[in-house]
Amino acid sequence: MKVYADNAATTRMSRNAIDTMVKYMEETYGNPSSLYTIGQKAKEALEEAREEVAKVINASPREITFTSGGSEADNQAIISAAALGAAKGKKHIISTAFEHHAVLHTLAKLEKEGFEVTLLDVHEDGIVRPEELEEAIREDTCLITIMYANNEIGTIQPVKEIGRIARAHGIIFHTDAVQAIGHIPIDVEESNIDMLSASAHKFHGPKGVGFLYARKGIRLQNIIEGGAQERGKRAGTENVPGIMAMAVALRDAAESMSETSPGMRARRDRLIKGLREIPHSALNGNEELRLPSNVNFCFEGIEGESLLLLLDQKGISASSGSACTSGSLDPSHVLLAIGRVHDVAHGSLRLSIGEDTTDDEVDYIIESVKEVVAYLRSFSPVWRDLESGKAKHIL
Amino acid sequence: MALYSDKVMDHFLNPRNVGVIEDADGVGEVGNAKCGDIMKMYLKIEDDIIKDVKFETFGCGSAIASSSMATELIKGKPVNEAMKLTNKAVAEALDGLPDYKMHCSVLAEEAIQSALEDYYKKAGLKDDEKAL
Repeated sequence: MKVYADNAATTRMSRNAIDTMVKYMEETYGNPSSLYTIGQKAKEALEEAREEVAKVINASPREITFTSGGSEADNQAIISAAALGAAKGKKHIISTAFEHHAVLHTLAKLEKEGFEVTLLDVHEDGIVRPEELEEAIREDTCLITIMYANNEIGTIQPVKEIGRIARAHGIIFHTDAVQAIGHIPIDVEESNIDMLSASAHKFHGPKGVGFLYARKGIRLQNIIEGGAQERGKRAGTENVPGIMAMAVALRDAAESMSETSPGMRARRDRLIKGLREIPHSALNGNEELRLPSNVNFCFEGIEGESLLLLLDQKGISASSGSACTSGSLDPSHVLLAIGRVHDVAHGSLRLSIGEDTTDDEVDYIIESVKEVVAYLRSFSPVWRDLESGKAKHIL
Repeated sequence: MALYSDKVMDHFLNPRNVGVIEDADGVGEVGNAKCGDIMKMYLKIEDDIIKDVKFETFGCGSAIASSSMATELIKGKPVNEAMKLTNKAVAEALDGLPDYKMHCSVLAEEAIQSALEDYYKKAGLKDDEKAL
């Protein structure tokens, strides 16, 4: 059996998105900046896509800037908000310890330029506490950037509360919604979101395209200089086929969400229940406040990369927060942020199911993970020490 | 290209000499769980020849493969030859490891050396006992 369970890494493009993409590569291939018909047709299409995307998050089309993906959108949002803050002498930013690196590395860069960054605790359940945000706010806070849902453990943040607090203090609120958009409903008006980053390939659109929503009145800084595309805020000939496919994929995802979510949640919970049967294992992150697709476990006594390789042998694609899969010595910063110790964080497994994942596939995953974990533990010196009482079980 | 060579995958999927030697003459454990790799080697030595060797490893694919290959390289060899096993030899026997995984072969070398040191220590103690 082949089971793709890494939808948080990327998704398979939908048929509709592929067909749309091909159509704009084959037929409407003109440059949107050209004045002849085929160029203007592309331009019109682009504006329709902008409208479509804006509608999904309850924004207006002028507030949408197309980018190369989530990372670029995160960079541009944070740098823009920081520039606005700096102009007023406000150089303090609030974020969390478990943001995506596109956010954390941009913040680190700003710190070198004299900004101060406060990273909020995300607690054991992977959820930010609004009252702690309130406490962290200073006179010179210019930006709050907190992800909508975490990419590794899928926990959904209290965005509405955060937005309310940010608005009350007149601080820009940016959210990296890469994992959330197309999977749970988002309303930038209702949640007082000022800026939002999105990436198409996480909701069955193509890779290399995304967008940044920035509320009217927020002046964007250019990350890429050049032509006057995207109202002068993002140079470079627009990726028309990608953008059109993204709009279609997002519209489809938003329309089918209420229909597909309950089934996904049921399969996610089935997976959690099954994996819990593995002794000395633990679910990472809040069980209720999590994406319908996300399951993330730690297993004591084993290491994640070998787990992934063996699951791959069984046809299962998944991911891990182990150091060995990241190429660094430290395991996932997300797992460390929720208080998992290194030893345990190395033995993590993220399974992110899709809309079309079946119960049979879920059962096959459970059975396979059980088998592989037991096998790896059978010759793990760490597990031996835990079982013999030489070391203490944590999970 | 795949992450690992066929040899690495073979030794990872079918590790040789996995397990424990209860009455081992030398046991060595290196690495730590914090970094994500622990290797434990058990040696059975007779007349300065490594008669048997077993390993247990907590770690990634290349750590398991490196342990497996290292045991194959020293099994049946004289102790002084096993002492000379280098990480390079382990990595080469596996048809190479990715750069950032070379530390796995280092760990294998250190695990063997640690087990041999334990053997020498125990053997030395035995000699002392005899002297008494």
